[in-house]
Amino acid sequence: MKKLLCILLAVMMLAALAACGDSGSANPSSAPAGEPSAAPAGEASAAPEAPAAAAFKIGGTGPLTGGAAIYGQAARNGAQIAVEEINALGDVQFELNYQDDEHDAEKAVNAYNTLKDWGMQISLGSVTSTPGVATSVENDADRIFAITPSASAVAVTEGKNNVFQMCFADPNQGSASAQYISDQQLGTKIAVIYKNDDVYSTGIYDTFRIKAAELGLDIVSSTTFTEDSQQDFSVQLADAKNNGADLIFLPMYYTPASLIFQQAKSMDYVTKYFGVDGMDGILTLEGFNKELAEGVILLTPFNADSTDERTVSFVEKYKSVYGEVPNQFAADGYDCIYAIYQAIKSGGATSDLSASDINDILVAQFTSMSFDGITGDDMTWSANGQVTKGPKGTVIENGSYVGLD
Amino acid sequence: MLKMQKSTRKTVSTYALVIVAFVVVQGLAMSGNISATLRGQLVPICAYVVMAISLNLTVGVLGELSLGHASFMSVGAFSGVVACISLQNMIAFGPVRLVVGMVIGALCAGIAGFLIGVPVLRLNGDYLAIVTLAFGEIIKNLITCLCVGVDSRGLRFSFLTSADALKLEEGGRVIINGPMGIAGIPKLSTFTTGFVLVLVTLFIVMNLVKSRSGRAIMAIRDNRIAAESVGIPITKYKLMAFVTSAALAGAAGTLYAMNFSTIVATKFNFNTSILILVYVVLGGLGNIRGSVIAATVITILPEMLRGFNDYRMLVYAIVLIIVMLTTNNARFKTILSRLIPSKKATGEGRQP
Repeated sequence: MKKLLCILLAVMMLAALAACGDSGSANPSSAPAGEPSAAPAGEASAAPEAPAAAAFKIGGTGPLTGGAAIYGQAARNGAQIAVEEINALGDVQFELNYQDDEHDAEKAVNAYNTLKDWGMQISLGSVTSTPGVATSVENDADRIFAITPSASAVAVTEGKNNVFQMCFADPNQGSASAQYISDQQLGTKIAVIYKNDDVYSTGIYDTFRIKAAELGLDIVSSTTFTEDSQQDFSVQLADAKNNGADLIFLPMYYTPASLIFQQAKSMDYVTKYFGVDGMDGILTLEGFNKELAEGVILLTPFNADSTDERTVSFVEKYKSVYGEVPNQFAADGYDCIYAIYQAIKSGGATSDLSASDINDILVAQFTSMSFDGITGDDMTWSANGQVTKGPKGTVIENGSYVGLD
Repeated sequence: MLKMQKSTRKTVSTYALVIVAFVVVQGLAMSGNISATLRGQLVPICAYVVMAISLNLTVGVLGELSLGHASFMSVGAFSGVVACISLQNMIAFGPVRLVVGMVIGALCAGIAGFLIGVPVLRLNGDYLAIVTLAFGEIIKNLITCLCVGVDSRGLRFSFLTSADALKLEEGGRVIINGPMGIAGIPKLSTFTTGFVLVLVTLFIVMNLVKSRSGRAIMAIRDNRIAAESVGIPITKYKLMAFVTSAALAGAAGTLYAMNFSTIVATKFNFNTSILILVYVVLGGLGNIRGSVIAATVITILPEMLRGFNDYRMLVYAIVLIIVMLTTNNARFKTILSRLIPSKKATGEGRQP
């Protein structure tokens, strides 16, 4: 009898969930399930009136659930804002569909195929690197144009002529960081802590090490951690301290970085920290004491405190819809949509063309055009898909990101 | 058909199920009637089916709990891909290269299984579960620190350093690049090769189970002391089942890896091992056909639930719980056996 009751309850729960799920999935372009979706719908009231056939179908995969969810959600939200702005302009219509890939290559290919079934014409690739490598091969084989907001590994674009990156490739970030540290004379004895089972972290470290040697920066301590050992950093910090490092380079995402700050503080170790774009977002981490990140310098192409008119308008919109300050991933997502918009306008693509025709037009445009976005001015793309733009140094002051230059 | 033995009927129906499923899906795929989503999942499904069958040999037939089955898949995946890439110039024909890769993957995984099996399977108790759990972590961390490259001099290895330490000649290629795993894998796996691997696996496992050795293995599971008293060499038969299981997992790993352009060692973690164990438990311990069905359904399920958006993993978990509850519910079984008369016979034949 008890078992029967259990089953009954489970079925009821399922039915209740099915009801929520349906209302969410009825509109695939609606942003997150939950409160925030109300606001943009009002703003972009022009969108639903446009005939469905006239909209370009843009699809992307990213981790919307799990440990890396914050990146996927940010990129999706940023892209969603851009889509609504462009739809409100009226000349080109976009329809955005983001699918969850759980930061896993197999799931990403599944998500990509789901989007293909939906009729995707233009792809935003994947948000993170490992899934990005897997889906970009599919993009290349299917001749569907892709520009990824933030999958930064070199292998994402290597050997494919229709996959582009909005973010810096990992090697560029590593050498740009070394260059920046040397130019600004932030330190000469450098300790590096990196995650050696992670593509992103190791990719940046490898090029940082080479560039640092060229520039005469001395790496006095180089220690590692893995997914399973990212709870305790006392050994790594002690090594940095004993070797007299005056700056710690942290090429990693912000979750482990937040623990490093905390543990350095508890062992009374005061030093300078230098992060890369994965550090962006640390201030919105739940339960994180913002004082710990005071003075951290990070190299990121986006600065939410910029007084640039477009950035201000984007940040305000993002805040009002999603209730937080956008990070670099959101800005990358936003720029991807605008770059596609610009290429469509100048290339004269129309939404009734097939994906491969649109692909040819966009590839021709992307390799020749220059794009001004909120993550950089005068961005250009080389034929191998990598972007050229200037990195911006940002420092955390009084609990917010402030531009250095 | 009716005069057939119960076990023979079960075997025939399992082969029939797999062959009919292949023919139907292949027919639909040829005529372009299946979605891209399902088409993309065909090879992973085959790989997971092989994983489930092979783990069932250890858990269901031998009765030893293994919590590191994904590590054998990992060994098979990495060694198989290295073989396929380095043989690129010698064997031009893709399917043959894939088969060679699978054999090498199976051999390496089998050797790994033998190495941990020898000391552990001599013990009596749940030690295998703990050791395989540890083995899974060790393999994951070892591969993360390993770099392998190939050039005209042959394969080059380096450990705990970066790919530069390989000192490859001009035109050489880095295959395994430490934590970045392998990128740019040629996509050689097809649904047909996956199907053939499933058939081979079924053939090996079902014949092993029905053979004299298989009866000895099951005798060890049911009563170790009684089996020992009639002179069955316990360690030998345990090793036989365990190494076969590991080798098949290795072949499945190669098949899986050759379907995606990239693999990383962290993919084959504890969660993947547990996922495969879930296939086996849901399908029924010792029930090979159950493993095939469970692996297929559970692989497709999360994709079918995409409509639930953010709630999909929650719904997925609830569905798993419901399936667990209902398949073990006596009343549900009676209802089911009334609906399908033949089900009664197979239902009783199931392992306790």
